Order: sequence, then structure tokens, then C-alpha cells
Amino acid sequence: MAAKSIISRPVYGTLSPQPGKHHLFVADAEGALAVAEMAERTPPGFFDGAEIVFIPGPDGKHAAALEALKPAQFHQAPSFASLQPRLRQTLANAHMGLRLYLSGTEGLIGQAMQAALEAGIDHTSIQTEHRGSLARRMQCVHCKGITENVTTQPATCAHCGLLLLVRDHYSRRIAAFQGVCINAEDRSEIPPTEEIFR
Amino acid sequence: MGITFRKETFRDDFTFRNSPEHIRRFPFPFHEDAYMYAVNIEPHVVGPKGSVLENLIDVDEHYVAEMQDRALVLAEDPLRCQSLPHMTLAGWDLLELLMEQQALGYPEHFTLTRDGDRWRWINRPLGIDDTFTFGDTSTLPYGPMEYITRQSQGDFCILDQRDGNLWMDAGMVTTQADWSLDFDIGMNFFEWHAPVPLAHEKGIFTRALKFLTNIQQGKPARRLNWTMTINPRLDTSPENYHKWGPDRTTVTPQNVGDKVHLRVELQSFWRLPRSNGIVFPIRCYLIKMDELVTQPKWARRLHRVIRDLPDELANYKGLTRYRPTLVEWLSKLDDGSPTSPGFGPD
Repeated sequence: MAAKSIISRPVYGTLSPQPGKHHLFVADAEGALAVAEMAERTPPGFFDGAEIVFIPGPDGKHAAALEALKPAQFHQAPSFASLQPRLRQTLANAHMGLRLYLSGTEGLIGQAMQAALEAGIDHTSIQTEHRGSLARRMQCVHCKGITENVTTQPATCAHCGLLLLVRDHYSRRIAAFQGVCINAEDRSEIPPTEEIFR
Repeated sequence: MGITFRKETFRDDFTFRNSPEHIRRFPFPFHEDAYMYAVNIEPHVVGPKGSVLENLIDVDEHYVAEMQDRALVLAEDPLRCQSLPHMTLAGWDLLELLMEQQALGYPEHFTLTRDGDRWRWINRPLGIDDTFTFGDTSTLPYGPMEYITRQSQGDFCILDQRDGNLWMDAGMVTTQADWSLDFDIGMNFFEWHAPVPLAHEKGIFTRALKFLTNIQQGKPARRLNWTMTINPRLDTSPENYHKWGPDRTTVTPQNVGDKVHLRVELQSFWRLPRSNGIVFPIRCYLIKMDELVTQPKWARRLHRVIRDLPDELANYKGLTRYRPTLVEWLSKLDDGSPTSPGFGPD
């Protein structure tokens, strides 16, 4: 789990079944396990009105466990980017009573929540559970480019090349942590790079 | 007679200066010889003639130059001015407030005439004479918030009030002390203050939020905040930190007086009548050490404040690198004698 941090840093919980007419699950990699574990606590028929979309991790595991829940709809996507058009439409067409459950990496939870916010869903109504990698999505405050899967502190911006301090300050709207040049005052000061977001 | 507006710059050759009258009216932020966070909020009422509080929206000799600097920042980076879609009404509220206050305080420079929804706004220092329909965005060259804040000194954040919280949902932010509107827009009061050290633990933000959500129309409030800036640079944004950050390495015992500036924010808080939002103007005042120490009381007090500042605060304010040089320079102006109570010079 992520260590205690500042107030803007997201806090994740444990998925639990919510009262609702329709249940939409978005999970990646080990996030599938959070869904499967929650399923042990759901009333019979819960998944009859559920849709599960799943982005498998590099090992390709866990899809079978989700299919076994027999949701009304099950969809696998190779990446979040490829999932986005479908997810946007599902959210845009959603009615009152839709419940959203997000589980897996921070990047997946953050980006799915961003799509939900844009569709007018309040972030406090969304169930989240973090599983797997602590790699961060980072926005460079200087060039505004997003670098995916940042595991080191500091980290190099994939767009402008500045060496960035990865802050805990997080924007739900951008779905990213803030990166700020770590040696802006004296570029010759190069701190050691540590792998800390694993 | 009106204000004589200075021709000056806040970048490149840095020709910004304060006139002797403006040095005396500088809003020195320390009422005692030490500093720690406090919820130092008080009613924003008119203060003494000749002070920055003579009018509730202050216009000073730097007005024209500041507006030119803002235009340069926006041309480089339009993301410094953003308004979420539900904030347009609040933008009109702000336009009304700033036009009314500037016309009230400085009738020789600004005139507002209203005929129902048909308004005419004359801004003589910037050579503007526009007639528009209040509430109809198509009759202005920009959205209402951007239009009026291109003509008003200071940064402006418009906060939406809902769920017992305040949300940073619109703003014009080009003179900020190292925070990003583009990153923070849409955050609530606790979230956008998250990086501030020490203050959360002291319950500062819980109490401040309680106060702010209860602000009533016609009863604005204010507080002072401060930091320091090397060179009189208004745009100390995080976006450009890699460009202005190296300034902090240039302070030497010889140039402290010219390069190091105290940067004071007069923050005020106003309830907006139609949107029920809060507008939060952050008016920035700069003064170089050479100008500040012409007031001996300020020199003595600033020495003691900077010398005794907790390291965590000094670091957050970005002072760490040049603090020893500054304290050494100020110490020569501190004979150890007591300072009189209150903010003003002796």
C-alpha cells in the first residue's frame, strides 16, 4: 500500500458491493483479484446487471477468474487508450443507479476516474482498490506532457527531458502526479535516482 | 490628480522600482519580530489614506506595467487563465465587482456607466472604451473573467462553494508564488493547499475554510502572506521554474540590496452575489531590500524574522540557498534595539 502522504494524494479502499441498478467494473492486471474477492461477498445475481472491462497485465493472467463471475458483459482491452472510446460511451449513456468500481494500478484508477468525472460522476461515489504496481502517471508542470509508468525518483520527462521531482501532489482532473524540475536552480546538481514506485 | 504610472519591466532588464511614496505604503507583513502561520484573517475594510487599503481594490503606479507583463505571460501560456464551464456567471460577478471598485476608487482613471444591461467601461490608463451587454459573453472580446482580470492588478481565483467546501474552478494566475492553476484547477480547499507544510497539522485550513464559507456579501475579508523573490519577477510560476530558478544562485553580499525582494500578497475574499462563489484576489507587492531598509524598523524586524524562520518554512518559501547571505547583510542594519508594535514604519 502507498505510505501516508499529503491530502491531495488519492486514498484507495477495498471494493464493496453498493446498492445500485447497474455495476461497472474497470480493472487492470492484479485489480482482477480485488473484483474476484469482492464477488465472494456479493448477493446472488449481483453480476447479472454488471459489466466488467479488463486490461490484462503483461502476464495475461486473471481474465478467466473474471469471466467465471458471469457478468452481463465482459470485455478485454489491450490498453487503457484502446478502452477509452467504449468507456466514454458507457459513462455518457449511464443512468442514475450506475455504480462504478475501479481496481488495479494507480494509473488505471486515475484515468478511469478522470473519464467518470468528465461524465459528471462524483469522485466520492466511486469504489476504488489499489492492486499491483505503484508506478505513477506524472505530468511535467513545465511542458505539460504526461509520462506513464514512472518508477523512479527523480524521473526524466519523456517529452522535454527535464529531470523532475515526482511530487505527491495529485490532480484528479489530469489523473497525474505533478513533476517539477528538481535541479532548476542549478542544473549541474544531479541527485541520485532511486527506484521507489514499484 | 491621478496616479503617475511607471514605465518598467518585471523581466529581462528588471526596471521595476517603487517611488518613495510607494515604499512608505508597502504592506509590510510582520507585526512582530517573528513569523509563524496563523489564521490572520480580518475584515477587509477601508484603511488610512495613502495606504494600500485606502481602496478595497488597490490600483498603484505599477498598474500599466503589470498589465503589460500579464499580456506577455498569457501570450506565452494561455493555460494561466482557465474557467470551468459552470463558472461563467461568477466571471460576470467578478467583472461587476472590479469595474465598480476601480471606478469608485479611481474615477479619474476608470468610468463605468450602466443603462440596464448595457454597460460602458472606460479604462483610460490602458486606452479601453468598450460598450457591452452584461451577461452576454459574445459582446466582449474575452470571457468576463479574463476580460476584467487583464485590467486588474493581482491574481484572481474564483472558488465555487458546494458540499461544504470551496473548489478552485476558475482563475487568472500570472503572478503566482510557485503554484500552478493548470494543475490545481478543480481541486477543493484542502487539496490545493496539500503541499503547504505544517499548517494542516495546526488545523489552519479547517478553521480558514469554516471562516471563508461563511463570508457574506458586502463583508469581504483579507489576510497577508509573504515570500521572497530574486529580481522583481512577477511570473514565478512552477511552469517557468527552470527559467527563473537559477536567479536564486546569483545572490552575493554585493547585490543583496538590489536583487532580493520581499514579496507580499494581500489576499482578499469576497462573496459573489449571483453565483454565490467566492473570489480570492491575490495582490502581489514587491520591494527590493535597498528600498525596504530605508525604513529602519523594517530592516531590524526583517532581519530577526528571516534569521529565526523554521527551516521547513524557509525551504517551502525557497529561501534556503540565499538565506545566510541575506541574514548576514540584514544583520548589519540591526542594532538590536526594540521595534515598535504594529506593521507600519516609524
